[in-house]
Amino acid sequence: MANGVVEGIAIDRSFWEERSRYRGILSWILSTDHKRIGILYLSSMIVFFLVAVGIGVLMRLEMISPGETIVSAQTYNQLFTLHGMIMIFLFIIPGIPAVFGNFFLPLQIGAKDVAFPRLNLLSWWLYMLGACLALLSLFVGNGPADTGWTFYAPYSIRTGTNVTIAVIAGFILGFSSILTGLNFLTTIHRLRAPGMKWFRMPLFVWSLYATGWIQILATPILGITLALIVVERVLGVGIFDPAKGGDPVLYQHLFWIYSHPAVYIMVLPAMGVISEIIPTFVRRTIFGYKMIAFSSMAIAFVGYLVWGHHMYTSGISDTSRMAFSFLTFLVAIPSAVKVFNWLATMYKGSIDFQPPFLYGISFMFLFTIGGLTGLILGALATDIHVHDTYFVVAHFHYTMFGGAGFIFFAALHYWGPKMFGRMYNKKLSYYAWGLLFVGFNTLYMSMFILGYKGMPRRYYYYLPEFHNLQVSATVGSWILVAGILLMFGNLIYGFWKGEKASQNPWGGTTLEWQVATPPPLENFHKIPVVETEPYDHRHKFREVK
Amino acid sequence: MNHTAELIMEKHHDPVGARIGMWLFLFTELLLFGGLFLLYAIYLHNHPEDFHYGSSHLNQFVGALNTIILLTSSLTMVLSVAMLQRRKENLAVLFLVLTFLLGAFFLLNKYFEWSAKISHGLYPGSDVLLSRSYGEVLFFGLYYVMTGLHALHVLIGMVVMLFLLRFVTKKRAKVAALLPADLEQFQGKRLYLADEQGRRIWESEPLGDSVREVAVVVDGVRTKEHWKANVIKFENAGLYWHLVDIIWIFLFPLFYLIAM
Repeated sequence: MANGVVEGIAIDRSFWEERSRYRGILSWILSTDHKRIGILYLSSMIVFFLVAVGIGVLMRLEMISPGETIVSAQTYNQLFTLHGMIMIFLFIIPGIPAVFGNFFLPLQIGAKDVAFPRLNLLSWWLYMLGACLALLSLFVGNGPADTGWTFYAPYSIRTGTNVTIAVIAGFILGFSSILTGLNFLTTIHRLRAPGMKWFRMPLFVWSLYATGWIQILATPILGITLALIVVERVLGVGIFDPAKGGDPVLYQHLFWIYSHPAVYIMVLPAMGVISEIIPTFVRRTIFGYKMIAFSSMAIAFVGYLVWGHHMYTSGISDTSRMAFSFLTFLVAIPSAVKVFNWLATMYKGSIDFQPPFLYGISFMFLFTIGGLTGLILGALATDIHVHDTYFVVAHFHYTMFGGAGFIFFAALHYWGPKMFGRMYNKKLSYYAWGLLFVGFNTLYMSMFILGYKGMPRRYYYYLPEFHNLQVSATVGSWILVAGILLMFGNLIYGFWKGEKASQNPWGGTTLEWQVATPPPLENFHKIPVVETEPYDHRHKFREVK
Repeated sequence: MNHTAELIMEKHHDPVGARIGMWLFLFTELLLFGGLFLLYAIYLHNHPEDFHYGSSHLNQFVGALNTIILLTSSLTMVLSVAMLQRRKENLAVLFLVLTFLLGAFFLLNKYFEWSAKISHGLYPGSDVLLSRSYGEVLFFGLYYVMTGLHALHVLIGMVVMLFLLRFVTKKRAKVAALLPADLEQFQGKRLYLADEQGRRIWESEPLGDSVREVAVVVDGVRTKEHWKANVIKFENAGLYWHLVDIIWIFLFPLFYLIAM
């Protein structure tokens, strides 16, 4: 009888119907179940994402004509600061690890939960606390910060806007990120199912492992740097204030020691997700498993040492500029290793163009453009020409949005049916992809050209010769946003009312496809024993229609 | 029923995992201070004479006293952990309280030290300080930021000790429980307690939907599980306290001794 009770939990009831000590909304915001926490992150994140998209559209609308169109210059400064802060700290940094990592890491390694479930819940709470503080900075005092998301000293020390609250929000969000990384690292070390050796782990898990190390080793530096900004503003210590002998360039160093590795926090998990998606839809094992795994670690390590390429024009010495430039080129190697391995995986595969695959390979296309233009920025001579122009803006949107953002969408299409138990309308998601892809390239390709011609970023006014390209960028933003809305509309409707999804709709081979859809409370009734490599498709083709 | 009891218990005990998590956290603490040490190194390099002069204003005696206090507190912390590992709970509590008091003593000294500096007008943004050289402004700026952040860590460590005290003195244990998910099938049924003749000495209302947990709680005992969990907590808190100690070991010479 007692046994039957245990079986009852593990097999019959999905985590959506889980009964806990609490009910209603409390059973979500007080739940320590990694799957519920993943859903919490997802729902809050989509709200923040859409807000930041809205701000982005407003900015583009403002730039459709030179001079004031809809907002004042000061408001424009606050809009681009907010857009950057929300997108970076609330969406793309926590993004894939906090949503899909939380949900699928324990499932993929055959565990019942993460190592510290309560800490996991705490990191969501800290995330929400940080988000609320960021929100608060909009409505009190002199309005939101106008420094740009980088909070460069000494302006961030002097401005009358709400930098203090925004920076405290950043500090708290950083703490949340550290706790997630710490939790994942411990989980991967301690909770792998029997037989799941390091080289039998799915590559998404490897990418989370590399990401976890960056989160732990880089984020504290951001923490102390932001804390020092608060200290400067409140006490006037003078560490970054040239009027008191401090050195603002040191602020830039400390800031980028975190914020450059942070771009790998954003993109490494995305590279992990695509390493899951490609083998599934080409029905082949991944090409160069170990090289992909090692290159994640290599990116995490080398990515640490390249922060100076954000500071070529700050007056640092030629020796250090050359060293940073060389290291920047070095970090392109492991990234390229991954891209070629994904391509080789597709070679002679039987490719099935399902929506997740389509979103996934557009990542490869867009990220390659973003990566190659990164080399133009990493080279000293060309960087001086395009430094702080729209070229940089276009570059990081190609890597972050075209890279991590598209993969976030791909992961929603790939794992969403598993999480919600229902399937979306595939036809509509193809249309949404078309809008996204066309809009994205119209918007940011225009920016590349604008930047190359000399349009500086964050400027409110511009010369008449930039007008046509500014208009095409703005029109691109409308197409893009139509694609985003269609995609989310389709996904939300599908996950709410769509037809029931099967246990393994795509024919995936990793462990998350071997549990019910949606997964039960305790994930695995019996912890599985792993005997093969993760992408073994030899026996799978029978099951897939 | 035993099965379900195991189900809630099994999540908790992985001493190695807990230790890994703690060490990772300590890394992050080291890096947090690492940023400040980096700033210190650069400004010391830029203004060696000013730093030397600034350091001569600090009271080496109080600094040394605080060093001794913190080192001793690390010893008492270790003893507390060792006593708990041997299941001598009372001695563990004694040493924990001693550690707490030493931490408080440290903060008290810090308070007097800072007050003395502030009464001389040596605080960030003061006119006295701003009339001095850049190097001294930076020296005292870093002095307040670094020892301040360290003192904050001492304070957090002391709060952690209060929690430990609460955990180790708690004598109440949940030995078995029915989880909410399993309760469903008992809805509308009653719970009763029976004596050895099978007579019901107490009977509950029918279990409604509002009942979320049925548990057996024992007062006045310390279970082995409870003790094991406490040992992990003590060890991790000890690690944290030693980190706070080690950071001070570096702060002491960098601020107090460079002028000697």
